[in-house]
Amino acid sequence: MGAVTRREILPYVFLTHLETQKFKTGTVQINLLTQLTRETAAKNAILPRILLRGTARYPDLRALRQAMDDLYGANIEPTIRKKGEIQCVGFCASFVDDACLPEGEGILAQITALLGEILLDPSTQNGQFQADYVDQERENLLDEIRGRINNKGSYAVSRLVELMCDGEDFSTFRLGTEQEAADIDTETLTTHYKSLLSAAPVEIFYCGSATVDQLEQVLTAALKTLPRGEPDYAMGTQIRLNALEATPRYFTEELDVTQGKLSLGFRLGDCLDNPNWAAISLFHYLYGGSVNSKLFLNVRERLSLCYYASSILEKAKGLLLVASGVAFDKYEEAKSEILAQLRAIAEGEITDEELLWAKKALMTDLELTRDEPRQLEEFYLQQTILEVDYDLDDLIAMVEQVDVKEVMKIAQGVELDAVYFLKGEEEVS
Amino acid sequence: MQKVSYDAIGETLYTGTLSNGLTVYVIPKPGFCKKYAFFATNYGGADRRFLIDGQWRDTPAGIAHFLEHKLFDTETGNALADLAANGAQPNAFTSSELTAYYFECTEGFDENLKTLLSFVSVPYFTEESVQKEQGIIGQEIDMMEDTPDYAVYYNLLRGLYGAHPVRDMIGGTKESIAQITAQTLYDLHGAFYRPSNMVLCVAGDVNPERVLEIAGEILPDACDPVPEKDYGPVDQIPVVRAKTEVTMEVSKPLFLTGTRTPPGARGRACLHQELVGSLAVIYLVGESSPLYLELYNQGLITADFSTHYTCGRGHAFTAFGGESRNPDQVLEKLQAEIRATLMNGIDEDRFNRLKRGVYGTVIKGLDTMEGLCYDQTECHFFGTTALDRLSVLETVTSADMLAFIAENLQPEQFALSIVRPR
Repeated sequence: MGAVTRREILPYVFLTHLETQKFKTGTVQINLLTQLTRETAAKNAILPRILLRGTARYPDLRALRQAMDDLYGANIEPTIRKKGEIQCVGFCASFVDDACLPEGEGILAQITALLGEILLDPSTQNGQFQADYVDQERENLLDEIRGRINNKGSYAVSRLVELMCDGEDFSTFRLGTEQEAADIDTETLTTHYKSLLSAAPVEIFYCGSATVDQLEQVLTAALKTLPRGEPDYAMGTQIRLNALEATPRYFTEELDVTQGKLSLGFRLGDCLDNPNWAAISLFHYLYGGSVNSKLFLNVRERLSLCYYASSILEKAKGLLLVASGVAFDKYEEAKSEILAQLRAIAEGEITDEELLWAKKALMTDLELTRDEPRQLEEFYLQQTILEVDYDLDDLIAMVEQVDVKEVMKIAQGVELDAVYFLKGEEEVS
Repeated sequence: MQKVSYDAIGETLYTGTLSNGLTVYVIPKPGFCKKYAFFATNYGGADRRFLIDGQWRDTPAGIAHFLEHKLFDTETGNALADLAANGAQPNAFTSSELTAYYFECTEGFDENLKTLLSFVSVPYFTEESVQKEQGIIGQEIDMMEDTPDYAVYYNLLRGLYGAHPVRDMIGGTKESIAQITAQTLYDLHGAFYRPSNMVLCVAGDVNPERVLEIAGEILPDACDPVPEKDYGPVDQIPVVRAKTEVTMEVSKPLFLTGTRTPPGARGRACLHQELVGSLAVIYLVGESSPLYLELYNQGLITADFSTHYTCGRGHAFTAFGGESRNPDQVLEKLQAEIRATLMNGIDEDRFNRLKRGVYGTVIKGLDTMEGLCYDQTECHFFGTTALDRLSVLETVTSADMLAFIAENLQPEQFALSIVRPR
């Protein structure tokens, strides 16, 4: 694979460019970065969907989709992500790489031009977004926010975060809150869109056969009308190293479920002072982030306390979360065992085999990133947000070097902050 | 091994056959870190009745899926853990027509391939482990029965098929899997996990000859005939049940509507049929169609609406669905669109544009090893090659598509399945 280049192609518009011949699919991803707040999250989340409803030149879904069919079935989809307390909204385009099309049939310049058009030149009426597009997408967004409850497993993790980080921007759901979404109207949304365009740093990722100079040329042409005001320099994530209170906070909620969902939230603690992400990731793989992890092998397989139990690492916020499904009456036992496994790591009860499995799994996952353009994009965006500049190769080499003592030390510093249990509704007699 | 180059799409396919009847495919992917192996038998959830030793035998629903779960048990432990310990990421699935076991890895490919071939070909079942699994799969069945997506899907198939086993959940029911014993599993493994009924497909930067060699070393030598299968009487009426409605925990009604079509033809004709059917459904109500725009603008469908054409060996159907506040109205408008299309003919510009889109979609799909190997395996069982798809696409005409719509998408052929909120 070729080298990765990072350039500022316009004021605070950064291009991360990866030149490679190995894919038949080219990928361009454009993200606007902005502070995640309760007040603005829903407005930011709705924007990519509104913009994909139509442009000045292709005023409706059909015209826009036809343009993509003409470009050999190019696909442009909205992306709305939360990385720490930064919300990333934009588009991901995937299309046939020019190297795989007949000579002279190249489409890269048209794809980037179309992306620019979608971002900057929406279908409008009297200088505002089309009111019916806003009304429809508001309903769709509300449906999706309400639909969060449909998947009980992810709902239980999302509720834990909301309750545990109450008062922190991180508590805001990726798509915003129902209240803020319901309040969206055409006028305020249009104003919000313009201010976001002018203040948001832009991160662009490209992976494909074109050179960085070619990309810079087509992108600067596509984005030439992008307004650039004063950037939002204050943007960032507040990281709390320790638990909020002296003892963990407990939350229990009831829903009509047949299986209980137990989530635990930890602050990563002192290791965040000067984080060694290779060691922190390895700790997460060893604890609950892989098939042969402590949680899987002990809590699920050996003791059959949970239907599933795994850990989630929120690097940019410095959190470790545990997600599990348990029978209602196994709650106490499961919780104690999940905590016991963390203690075991802190006390060095780690076999050479367990450490090796975790290293192998993590290194394999990092290697596999190279074969997936979307995951490469995630990786580089994450590096930008974490403000680290080492490449995949470096990280893989760092993982190999991690000593078991570093993993123990991380586990010793981790603090349980909150426990959330979703259980069935009590029968009312 | 035989090597065929597809220069137009920059792919190469190696094919080899062992004396035991196993076909091995290798699709080299230079530059990729990932190595992927997919080992599948032509035996799935819908294969329930077959001729063995001159006798027709019926087996319970869910047995192919049950067998898939149990096959990971080995005399010394569990193959999933062995593969994971060696850096591989293994998994398996059962569809209506095949059962597949696969892994991906970056290192230790040969060793992982040996483990894969060995645990799939050497069964180890005990009554105790079968009973334990009945509990585990029972829970999985409970969860699936509570899942609106499964309910809406199977109720459509039950509306389209009167007897074909594809109408039953692949996992079976708690009652049906209770009939399974270690002996039934051994019998079925013996009947369907014969190399002559299987395919190994590998993608990645590997040595093709070495893959063939390893398969020859690990798998049994015998080349046995494969049992004949039976799917019951063929449905004669256009639709078995026109409408099915149930209520479940959903925030908005969920629906799926569609029609039954003849099963996939053999050889390249199957690729032709699949492409024509896929073009027909997107022509009628794909994202760039006038009807999609109308339905979306009226709030009758959302971005999760999708169209499909599933072209299997024993069954095939079109399907259209997603969330909607008024599924009946969506179907009415779709039927009206079909009548208008049959009356007015095909818009050639739209047809050509969609073909161009499909061309790009096929090319982009070549980057995904999972999709490529699954596709090639399915195509093998149809007697064709996945990499021929683009050359077949060139031969597809708007007249083919119109004929498909006239034969398979008449308004009275539709069944509708709805899951409404409680």
